[in-house]
Amino acid sequence: MRSEKISPPSEDKRWKIVDTTMRRKGYVPSALIEALHSTQEAFGYLDESALRYISASLRVPPSKVYGVATFYHFFTLRPQGKHTCVVCTGTACYIKGASALLQTLDKNFDIKPGETTSDGEISVLTARCLGSCSLAPAAVFDGHVAGNLEPQTLMEQIARLKE
Amino acid sequence: MTREELDAIGEKELAASQQVKHRLNVCLAAGCMSLQSDAVLASLQKNIKERGLEHECHVKGVGCLGLCKAGPLVAVEPNGVMYQHVTANEANEILEALDAEPLAQLALEPALPFFNRQTKISLENSGVIDPERIEEYIAQGGYAALAQVLNELTPAQVVEQVTRSGLRGRGGAGYPTGLKWSTVVKAQGAQTRESVQKYVICNADEGDPGAFMDRSMLESDPHRILEGMAIAAYAVGANQGYIYVRAEYPLAIKRLKIAIRQAERAGVLGSAIFASPFNFHVELRMGAGAFVCGEETALIASIEGGRGLPRIRPPYPAEYGLWGKPTLINNVETYALVPSIIRNGSEWFANIGTEKSKGTKVFALAGAVQNTGLVEVPMGITLREIIFDIGGGIPDGKKFKAVQTGGPSGGCVPKQFLDKAVDYETLTQLGTIMGSGGMIVMDETSCMVDVARYFMEFCMTESCGKCVPCRVGTVQMYNLLTKITQGEATLDDLALLEELCDLVRNTSLCGLGQAAPNPVLSTLRYFREEYVAHIQDKKCPAGVCKL
Repeated sequence: MRSEKISPPSEDKRWKIVDTTMRRKGYVPSALIEALHSTQEAFGYLDESALRYISASLRVPPSKVYGVATFYHFFTLRPQGKHTCVVCTGTACYIKGASALLQTLDKNFDIKPGETTSDGEISVLTARCLGSCSLAPAAVFDGHVAGNLEPQTLMEQIARLKE
Repeated sequence: MTREELDAIGEKELAASQQVKHRLNVCLAAGCMSLQSDAVLASLQKNIKERGLEHECHVKGVGCLGLCKAGPLVAVEPNGVMYQHVTANEANEILEALDAEPLAQLALEPALPFFNRQTKISLENSGVIDPERIEEYIAQGGYAALAQVLNELTPAQVVEQVTRSGLRGRGGAGYPTGLKWSTVVKAQGAQTRESVQKYVICNADEGDPGAFMDRSMLESDPHRILEGMAIAAYAVGANQGYIYVRAEYPLAIKRLKIAIRQAERAGVLGSAIFASPFNFHVELRMGAGAFVCGEETALIASIEGGRGLPRIRPPYPAEYGLWGKPTLINNVETYALVPSIIRNGSEWFANIGTEKSKGTKVFALAGAVQNTGLVEVPMGITLREIIFDIGGGIPDGKKFKAVQTGGPSGGCVPKQFLDKAVDYETLTQLGTIMGSGGMIVMDETSCMVDVARYFMEFCMTESCGKCVPCRVGTVQMYNLLTKITQGEATLDDLALLEELCDLVRNTSLCGLGQAAPNPVLSTLRYFREEYVAHIQDKKCPAGVCKL
């Protein structure tokens, strides 16, 4: 067991969620991925202070924490926009026109996957496969899946997000 | 929990469901959910309440009904009507039609080949039970196999049953399941003491783009997977299990969590299961979006909290797995088949399918096919039957060009082989693999070079970077394929591409790299003229690539 207490980077109450996750696992180093999941769920992304805090709490070297956080596509080290649009680029979506959707986003907002609009409103991401292949091409708007998209319906969905 | 108590729960549940005159099952799997089937369910519930029909009409959310393209789906039992594309506004009409003729404008044709050509084993409860209630699973005979195993069979007899059934791993490679189990039974790990810690892992890291069998099974019938894992744990002598599931499947994760809690409370999971000395605890581990973690040694590294890097085998996880202990890893579908094999006997299972590929296989039909969705068919069925009879053929009057199986590790099968049987060996001969069950149908508007480039881009970004052939080779092959699709390649480039395919296939560390050239090799084998057209005529026959 750990002897000294490591305090969270800030007073933010959300650290309690992260702490609970780590405590439940007895602060073992193998809880690293779960701690990262929990932090990203609470804060939306992983910043340097979060990585350092997890590193100290689980006694995992910062290099390994950074290595793991950057190895997995699911983790992001940059803050996301207010809304997210995740375009699926799985095989079924690809052959049914996912790239046209990405081009539409690029044309209208001048953003590529992984980027956020300059006003911080919308982040565009891609997913390897949502498993919603029967609805191809599909995308997730703030956690809500929509299928059979075309450039026009995609833009309508985004307009709805902003409302 | 005892066997008698289990039976009592099942009988009570069955009696309750038979008391109502009509049962409405609303699909709440991810496909229909994204078309607001939850609103349909809420609207039906509200209307039933308003009409005071609670005692004769029961509505519930169920798992996947299969025909995702027609969602949201509502099945009406016992008269067997299925309504498609239902909206919340139509709840009233559906209820009014319960005692009359089914609504013609919404009802699917009865006896569609999509439904009656299937043989459901691992999907038998999908769309039938509410996945968030353990009682319904028990009413369908759930956990009876586990009770039977613990009361009547020795671990060796369980392994014997699975071996005799001829079950092979459904993750893609088709390794005989019984053989894998018996290796774990015999494994002593690093220690020689009698009681060696062993683990059971369920691989639910369904990373193949275009595959959604595991997601659907976990969402529709999570208890079946838990039961299969518990039987496996008893057989190999493990007391701890892990389910490694993609973080991209929030609904599956939610339902698994509910299922684990319910099963522990009911005493069919946890300590002293069915009042026997057998203990088995299951924990969920979330993946984080790395395709390579579907490889078993990479998956283990990820559960241990590190980067998902594979390692050289042997030693296999059966001898040296999680934290160095003997570990059994099987795919979701493999575990899902186990309870049925125990309940119905190994001979029953071995009678389905072909000589070397027994039982059924679940496929996710997607792409250019009428009936996209999930199907379970006996092994040995032809591709034509799956795509044209069950799948309803190609939409919009287009022509069939190829079917892709096995995702980024598989290949494309052209039309001259549509009458070949679907089994492990035949598909391998055709230059593809069974894979986990993704089946993407392509019509004449798909360019095969572009498809090969798509999969290579996938392998390139998903390569973990540990071994050189895969890390560097996939980039080089991707660049060559891009060059071809841009009309800038020469025939020398094509020769170099083929040489690289051979090199990467034979020298990569794990399955990801070894199989990465497969999409290129199979499209070269059957559609070489398309490659040549891009290179020599500077033309894309399908009109996809902008040359």
